[in-house]
Amino acid sequence: MKINLTVNHKNYSLQINSDLLLVDLLRDHIGLTGTKKGCEIGECGACTVIMNGKTVNSCLVLAVQADGAEITTIEGVANNGDLHPVQQAFLEHDAVHCGFCTPGMVLSAINLLNHNPNPTEFEIREAIAGNLCRCTGYQQIVEAIQSAADKSK
Amino acid sequence: MTPKIPHESARKHVTGEAVYVDDMLVNNQLLIGKVVYSPHAHAKIKSFHLDVARNLPGVYAVIRYQDIPGENQMGPVVHDELCLAKDEVNCIGQAVFLIAAESEEICREAEKLIKIEYKPSEAILSIEQAIAKNNLMGPERKIETGDVDKALKKCKHKISGSLTTGAQEHWYLETQAAVCIPGEDNEMKVYSSTQHPSETQAIVAGVLGINRNDVVVEMRRMGGAFGGKETQANHVAAWSALLAKATGQPVKIRLFRDDDQIMTGKRHPYLINYKAGFDNKGKLIAVEFELNANGGMATDLSFAILERAMFHVDNAYYIPNLRVIGRVWKTNQPSNTAFRGFGGPQGMAAIETIVDRIARQLKMDAAEIRRRNFYGINDRNLTHYDQKVENNHLKMMFDRILHSSEYLKRRQDINEFNSKNEFKKKGMSLTPVKFGISFTTSFLNQAGALVNIYQDGTVLVNHGGTEMGQGLHTKIQQIAAAELGISFEKIKLTATDTSKVPNTSATAASSGTDLNGMAVKNAIDKLKSRMIPFIVDHFNEKGEIIKSQIRAIHFINDCIIDSENPARKIDFAKAVNMCYIKQVPLSATGFYRTPDIYFNREKGKGKPFHYYVFGMAVSEVLLDTLTGYHKILRTDILHDVGDSLNPAIDMGQVQGGYIQGVGWCTTEECKWDEKGNLLNHSPDTYKIPSIQDIPEDFRCSLLEDVPNPSTIRKSKAVGEPPFMLAFSAWLAVKDAISAVADHQIEPEFSIPATNEVILLSLEKLRSIKKQ
Ligand code: FES
Ligand code: FES
Repeated sequence: MKINLTVNHKNYSLQINSDLLLVDLLRDHIGLTGTKKGCEIGECGACTVIMNGKTVNSCLVLAVQADGAEITTIEGVANNGDLHPVQQAFLEHDAVHCGFCTPGMVLSAINLLNHNPNPTEFEIREAIAGNLCRCTGYQQIVEAIQSAADKSK
Repeated sequence: MTPKIPHESARKHVTGEAVYVDDMLVNNQLLIGKVVYSPHAHAKIKSFHLDVARNLPGVYAVIRYQDIPGENQMGPVVHDELCLAKDEVNCIGQAVFLIAAESEEICREAEKLIKIEYKPSEAILSIEQAIAKNNLMGPERKIETGDVDKALKKCKHKISGSLTTGAQEHWYLETQAAVCIPGEDNEMKVYSSTQHPSETQAIVAGVLGINRNDVVVEMRRMGGAFGGKETQANHVAAWSALLAKATGQPVKIRLFRDDDQIMTGKRHPYLINYKAGFDNKGKLIAVEFELNANGGMATDLSFAILERAMFHVDNAYYIPNLRVIGRVWKTNQPSNTAFRGFGGPQGMAAIETIVDRIARQLKMDAAEIRRRNFYGINDRNLTHYDQKVENNHLKMMFDRILHSSEYLKRRQDINEFNSKNEFKKKGMSLTPVKFGISFTTSFLNQAGALVNIYQDGTVLVNHGGTEMGQGLHTKIQQIAAAELGISFEKIKLTATDTSKVPNTSATAASSGTDLNGMAVKNAIDKLKSRMIPFIVDHFNEKGEIIKSQIRAIHFINDCIIDSENPARKIDFAKAVNMCYIKQVPLSATGFYRTPDIYFNREKGKGKPFHYYVFGMAVSEVLLDTLTGYHKILRTDILHDVGDSLNPAIDMGQVQGGYIQGVGWCTTEECKWDEKGNLLNHSPDTYKIPSIQDIPEDFRCSLLEDVPNPSTIRKSKAVGEPPFMLAFSAWLAVKDAISAVADHQIEPEFSIPATNEVILLSLEKLRSIKKQ
């Protein structure tokens, strides 16, 4: 079947199987491998993308459900090479270790700040509760998100 | 050294450009590989049919052990681990057949078409069962000092008991993955998410029956490893290589999370029996340990891990009479393997349990008992394996953290809180870490590097270490920049590659920077000493009376200068170009071996460690005694990294290590049913710490102004030691439980202290209290 969707401001019209998952559509059909697969059952958040203004685990979404949707993946966050403040803050706070959780974390954080530019630490923790990280112990990630929020004030 | 340098790939990570094995662009011939594994812990393979699967359209190969062109073997040290099962399977998850097909779905369909008939037999599924069957993996080991039996007999106070510690799943975010691409003649190019490219190369060559110079293993980055990719990454690489060989096409295997959890080994569960004797003041006089490890179905690294456990049963404490016996038991479970700490956590959990019990028995503060038992500076400083504990910071760190954490005041507050609250209890604990750095198999302490300087003054560095998120490449980049006196943007690190630096050791034992950093420095020293005479000639060309001397030449600020005549200087890139024209070789290999370390296994004596790392933590928890639910209210950490090469990276390692340790000590529990099936093989049932599990108030600092005498730029290794800071949280939970009986009764406790364990322990305490 055929679907139309916008990914990172680019329109795509693709012929797909009805059981194709959004994560596979992004990785294998569009070549955006920044979206990671950590568990494929919606528990780790590595495959997080923003779809119509909400974060979703793209391993739980069928590609057909994304028909007509507007999607932002990690590749669409920087603007012509200028990093988003959240990306910049992750760099500055060493919130990136192995990096495998990073795309999902960054998108969850951006989505939080899009809806709530002034989050409390509790709200930050809530926002990334669905994103697992095995490396950092989370502290540097929280600090990064906090500083991104402070800077954009 | 420039302090604030982000991880060398950080920009690529935040933009999604960083490429992992699963992200690689391979030509459109790429096939997907799948492993058909045993559903039985122990069984004979009676019959099987592969033809239907082989004939499925889209299937390119289905292979079994007879199709292996080389040796059917992938044991890293002892050759006791088959690549593919023959007529018997010895654990659930053991590989039996391999499939290569056009897609994941076709692989799955093909798997369904393979009919295998098994005849299950009795399986050994725990340490206790293995002990009952006397199923040892190899001879027991012993390390002993003093006269334990005599000393124990004389002790006024004695305790004995046993402690179990559980398995831990690595849960690297990126599961095991490899892509193999067949080349000309016999060649095989392997892209593997491995901590040990040289061993992956050896195993792939072995199963293919080709020479090691036919195999190139390349590793750019891993999405986490933690020891889980030290030996067991070899498996996926070997299987992909076999399929690539059989089909003549590139093959990728990336394990599904559940398969990864089912098939790969974990941190070794231990059953530890102990007896300890101490005096009125709580000073340890004699301790006897018996360590029993669940090795799983093959040796893997079990004995090296056991050895490190045996070296760490003292943790930070001087014990004049100590005997430790270690045994590895063979069971029908996947072979257990390396995991951050490498046995250290299991050994240290035992002595920390003993010290904690002494405090309760003598009704004294546990932190004080710890202080009294610390290794001394001038005396009481010899370990049970005869290594002297040098540059010991324990007492200094203890004083500092006691003060900075307001331990004594908070202890009072906690007592007061506990006296007022019946169902909520607080607990707190201070625990130290002393961790030995070096591979305990001494010859592994070697590393190589290759440094190329190009005519434009840029530098390419390759070394044997692998990047798994620990920031190794960033630190190496900094080291190279500092040694060459050029800005770090001029230096690029390449993927780890067995064709560039051969015969490397695993990136493990926290030693990545220590070893590879020194090897890189060695290569740079060679390059500098080649360049310097030409620089001196250049400075002396004008015939000045005062001549430039070799000893005065320094590499600094992107220049090379004569420090005695500072006006004489040349831009680094210009100097490089000049050297090129003068036919100076601008590429050099470097090598390093750790000096002065040795260990005699027969005698159990030696100096296995280059130095020790110290750390200390205080954790406070709040426990709901009705549900067993607890949270960490505050954690203070003071950790020793020598002169930090990169404080932000080191801090991240300390925090990440602590949290991973908290996971092992509390929520992470591997459960098996009576047939040996792992019950929690996915993240909805196996709980690694999430953001909700970290301390509400997390105060971490690095010990400053204590350079490490004999390491690269006076730094210390950082990967593993912080893991064991988590005992402070574990024993804080025990302290909160203990408060239910006013610290009068010893609670039952183990690792992991899950809610279930906590509730049982509470129930026991309450029933004893009633009697
Ligand atoms: S891969 Fe989608 S949540 Fe883990
Ligand atoms: S940085 Fe490795 S999982 Fe988060």
